[in-house]
Amino acid sequence: MRFDTPATTNPIDQGKVVGQRIHRIDGPLKTTGRAVYAYEWHDPNTHYVYGYVVGSAIAKGRIGSMDVSAAKRAPGVLAVVTSDGIGDLKKGKYNTAKLFGGTEIQHYHQAIAVVVAETFEEARAAAALVKVDYAEEKGVFDLEATKDTAVKPKDGEPDSAAGDFDAAFETAAVKFDQTYTTPDQSHAMMEPHASIAAWNGDELTVWTSSQMIDWWRSDLATTVGIDKEKVQIMSPFIGGGFGCKLFLRADAVLAALAAREARRPVKVALPRPFLMNNTTHRPATIQRIRIGAERDGRITAIAHESWSGDLPGGGPEVAVQQTRLLYAGANRMTATRLATLDLPEGNAMRAPGEAPGMMALEIAIDEMAERLGLDPVDFRIINDTQVDPENPERPFSHRDLVGCLRTGAERFGWQDRTKQTATRREGSWLVGMGVASAFRNNLLVPSGARVRLDREGIVTVETDMTDIGTGSYTIIAQTAAEMLGVPVDKVAVSLGDSRFPVSSGSGGQFGGNCSTAGVYAACVKLREAVAQKLGFNSPDELTFAGGEVRVGDRRMPLAQAAGDEPLVAEDRIEFGKLGETHQQSTFGAHFVEVGVDVATGETRIRRMLAVCGAGRILNPITARSQVIGAMTMGVGGALSEELVVDKERGFFVNHDLAGYEVPVHADIPHQEVIFLDETDPMSSPMKAKGIAELGLCGVAAAVANAIYNATGIRVREYPITLDKLINELPEVS
Amino acid sequence: MQSLGVLEISRRDLLVASAATVTVASTASLSHSQTNAPAAPQSTKTSFTVNGERRELQLDNRTTLLDALREHLHLTGTKKGCDHGQCGACTVLVEGRRVNACLTLAVMHEGESITTIEGLGQPGNLHPMQAAFVEHDGFQCGYCTPGQICSSVAMLEEIKANTPSHVTGDLLARAEVTPAEIRERMSGNICRCGAYSNIVDAITEVAGRKV
Amino acid sequence: MRAFSYERASTIEAAAKAAAGTDGAKFIAGGTNLLDLMKLEIETPTHLIDVNRLGLDRIEPTPDGGLRIGALVRNTDLAADGRIRRDYALLARALLAGASGQLRNRATTAGNLLQRTRCPYFYDTNQPCNKRQPGSGCAALGGFSRQLAVVGVSDACIANHPSDMAVAMRALDAIVETVRSDGTTRSIPIADLHRLPGDTPHIEHVLERGELITAVVLPKPVGGKHIYRKVRDRASYAFALVSIAAVVMQDGTGRVAAGGIAPKPWRDEAAERGLPNGAKAVTAKLLANAHPTEQNAFKLALVERTLSAVLAEARG
Repeated sequence: MRFDTPATTNPIDQGKVVGQRIHRIDGPLKTTGRAVYAYEWHDPNTHYVYGYVVGSAIAKGRIGSMDVSAAKRAPGVLAVVTSDGIGDLKKGKYNTAKLFGGTEIQHYHQAIAVVVAETFEEARAAAALVKVDYAEEKGVFDLEATKDTAVKPKDGEPDSAAGDFDAAFETAAVKFDQTYTTPDQSHAMMEPHASIAAWNGDELTVWTSSQMIDWWRSDLATTVGIDKEKVQIMSPFIGGGFGCKLFLRADAVLAALAAREARRPVKVALPRPFLMNNTTHRPATIQRIRIGAERDGRITAIAHESWSGDLPGGGPEVAVQQTRLLYAGANRMTATRLATLDLPEGNAMRAPGEAPGMMALEIAIDEMAERLGLDPVDFRIINDTQVDPENPERPFSHRDLVGCLRTGAERFGWQDRTKQTATRREGSWLVGMGVASAFRNNLLVPSGARVRLDREGIVTVETDMTDIGTGSYTIIAQTAAEMLGVPVDKVAVSLGDSRFPVSSGSGGQFGGNCSTAGVYAACVKLREAVAQKLGFNSPDELTFAGGEVRVGDRRMPLAQAAGDEPLVAEDRIEFGKLGETHQQSTFGAHFVEVGVDVATGETRIRRMLAVCGAGRILNPITARSQVIGAMTMGVGGALSEELVVDKERGFFVNHDLAGYEVPVHADIPHQEVIFLDETDPMSSPMKAKGIAELGLCGVAAAVANAIYNATGIRVREYPITLDKLINELPEVS
Repeated sequence: MQSLGVLEISRRDLLVASAATVTVASTASLSHSQTNAPAAPQSTKTSFTVNGERRELQLDNRTTLLDALREHLHLTGTKKGCDHGQCGACTVLVEGRRVNACLTLAVMHEGESITTIEGLGQPGNLHPMQAAFVEHDGFQCGYCTPGQICSSVAMLEEIKANTPSHVTGDLLARAEVTPAEIRERMSGNICRCGAYSNIVDAITEVAGRKV
Repeated sequence: MRAFSYERASTIEAAAKAAAGTDGAKFIAGGTNLLDLMKLEIETPTHLIDVNRLGLDRIEPTPDGGLRIGALVRNTDLAADGRIRRDYALLARALLAGASGQLRNRATTAGNLLQRTRCPYFYDTNQPCNKRQPGSGCAALGGFSRQLAVVGVSDACIANHPSDMAVAMRALDAIVETVRSDGTTRSIPIADLHRLPGDTPHIEHVLERGELITAVVLPKPVGGKHIYRKVRDRASYAFALVSIAAVVMQDGTGRVAAGGIAPKPWRDEAAERGLPNGAKAVTAKLLANAHPTEQNAFKLALVERTLSAVLAEARG
């Protein structure tokens, strides 16, 4: 199905199932420990063995030699596969750093060997016996120091401009110019990367933890040097990803190579302390923002420049992205520059671009509002735009940022915020409120599905879509149920299997809208097949409801359309130009109240509210969970999360869950989420848009702004830890 | 049968797994050569009770309780998130008390009684805490969830037993179930998906207080 | 983790003897730190002596009105004990500020005292660390040191001791009781248990090979207001940047020990005589010989400010 005109009324609009509060259909499995994750596949007739990874001890250089003799002699060891032994392997399309193979070391903890043994304990012990001589080279690890060498990246749109920023800024009545930094961040999903690989002749099956089945399938085939058709990827349950499982990772490659060498199915999990340097991370940024405005608050000039680093061949963090679209202003420019660093690979983490971009921009907006003497909510409303500011001919498909801000301000009690900073005190707490807009683009990715109706009336949906905690199982079941007029419990959903039609996968907050739109397309075909089978010309004459097909007074069980052979339909949603003719984005507003301990500078979150305008909400339960989860991640980004770079040795030092502090229960208060009641017919037949990343974009800035309101201290370097506040806090006696 | 689809995929793909791995011959793993081994035995026969069932295993001394459960007993509901006591995904109950199964050796639990998530309830017969997690959507990816649930069940017992916490105002007063107490006491269970707000609602409901 | 043999000790004396007589032997109690380190091969014992079933899990009154805490009393049980909560609230508070519920259920009194630093370079076997590998150097000195010690450090090591419990015990003048491999016992004031790094940061305490901690004795209660204030980035389940353990009497005198800032619980009895004069004077003396790095110099101000807040709280 090609979607190239705005959606009109369709069965989804009935809202009998879609949009309803339906609990996750995978809930009973997950809460009882019966959901089977990658490392847990177990066939009692199969003897699995264990692979343990060895990582580079240096950040840059070459392997001189490797001595694996002791490892090979160790108890239980079946095979040792080394990077220098296997030679260069082809790199997958989506990876920047190579995952394995060859003697070049590109980053710390890059995989250089896998030791296979009968047991996990034996493999781990033997892996420690691998001796490596390195020829170490000097690397570049300091973004700040290397910023001036950054270049214009080859791909994407490194520069954008409209009007004449320089002239408008020069003559603006009120001017603002500040620089912000965001640190490297780690996805830190709870399930470490893990794979089991088994060969059957020249065919490879891998149970793994992947957000994008088809990407993994292609890149794994490339890396191990076999046809894609010979690879099967299985990933029905994923213990979180946040972007870290978008692209093929070393565990799958090592498991496949080790299984080939050991001639056994091999299990490989990346140890937690190894993961943060071995895999990808959100790159650190330096961001300069300049804003010029009239005294009444109208922005006349806005510029956002961002610097980040990556390995050679890598890409930038596109932190300026939202600034091209979020606020009005006739004169504008953005620039994205990329430095070469020898740190581990930088890549997508939840809301790449907007997440760090909004961390900076939304502090800048707060600062500018103060400079103008305007309430920060009002300043944002004054500068709302309904068209792409770079190209005013191009409207937003639907945009209610103003509604988000107004609703939020009212519900949060924004009027109680003290204009003067550092004036609200409760015991030892300095209390303040902050606001930020939320913004994230809505991406459209083709997505396929197969739907099967059997004689029991059970509808089975098969797609290689993944559920990384987003609720894909549930919203897909809801979509099929709505389309075919059956209750959710008559829908079986099978995901994460490369034998199924290729889906959008999970990433960029496109999975919910796109994968359900693909299921919609397949269901439209199935409705046609049902109509034909039951002797009608067109499904349009039919009503699908209550497990029946109805026409006038005639009622037939839906199941009747299936015979001994089930009725099967497959289709795929493809998107036309609506994403080009119309700017599709999602909007929101974050409100935060913090307390800052007047003596120690510890910041604790007291209240949080998000208001989101993101098209049709397919399931308010799972959508709300996406948003509160994103808000939680935003708190981490604001207050504690930083992969600390050792600029001498070239690695992230705090590479475990004790050193890299993500929020815990005690950091997060009760969270409120409001969804505006809206649909966006430009986005898909589902009229839904993304929500999972929107919930993150702006949160950290709202926290930062609240800290400023509480203390009068403006911190522009994330995370806002107490050491950055303590010297400016009032005397204590 | 809400989870029909999901259960079905689990069954079906187990069969696929079998089919894909028929080429493999299996040999016992504990009979391998011990050429480098010191004289003293490095494996120990250990028995304990898991979810009411007595289990006896010959285990490499290095085997953690977590790996004994997951790799030897195939009770994979208990998760390995960090293997270093930094996340709580491996939380199980030993003699009724919650512990990190990753930071204790199986051999240290001779004769003890262990309860895992599988022992609390099953699909169709959920423990009240499991049901409350479903009801309040107290999870997303599900990987920390068994640990959260085991931890919360034991945590409420700790409050009942008047064990204080870091946020208990008066050490001499009885411990109470409040949102602040739940948050502090559950802080050893990290949820990167960020379901905390919902988890607290779920636990509060089970503790018998209106949310 | 290297292979090891395992025995479950049945008596204290046998445990101590076995430890002294077996190369590479170590005691294991809760295991929450030892196993963590063994997985990374930072600790590589070849023989483990399980001391969990020695009956050292009781808390008993001493003749002079104090309490003897068995070495194997779990952190949870110690914090929950009615006598501790009433008479040594400082200790209960410190215990409850540490780790997580799960870890406190396993972690023991003796194990907590002997836990090793959380310096990230100590934890990464690819990096130089004089504590882990004497003579290899200290990567923390020019590296990431925000969490690490500011006093009691040396050119060889700036690791800090991560315990909360030990800081409270230091303020309470606890005595550590041990049994040596020859069966003799001794009592070590907690002030003397840990060693400063000097040129030998790998030697962290004064215990001899095979010497087993059997109990920690708390002298009779001293009264006063007990306040343990732990400052950290996360609200829970995090190590202290700075912690203050204070016992403050009605007249403003008292005791104060600090955590997070030194290789051992940090207390200076001369400094705390200045308590009635406020935090500034005490801190100046307590941190007199501080050698902070650029990254952790904030701890100096943080100690003073935290102590100020603690004293204000004590005044009510």
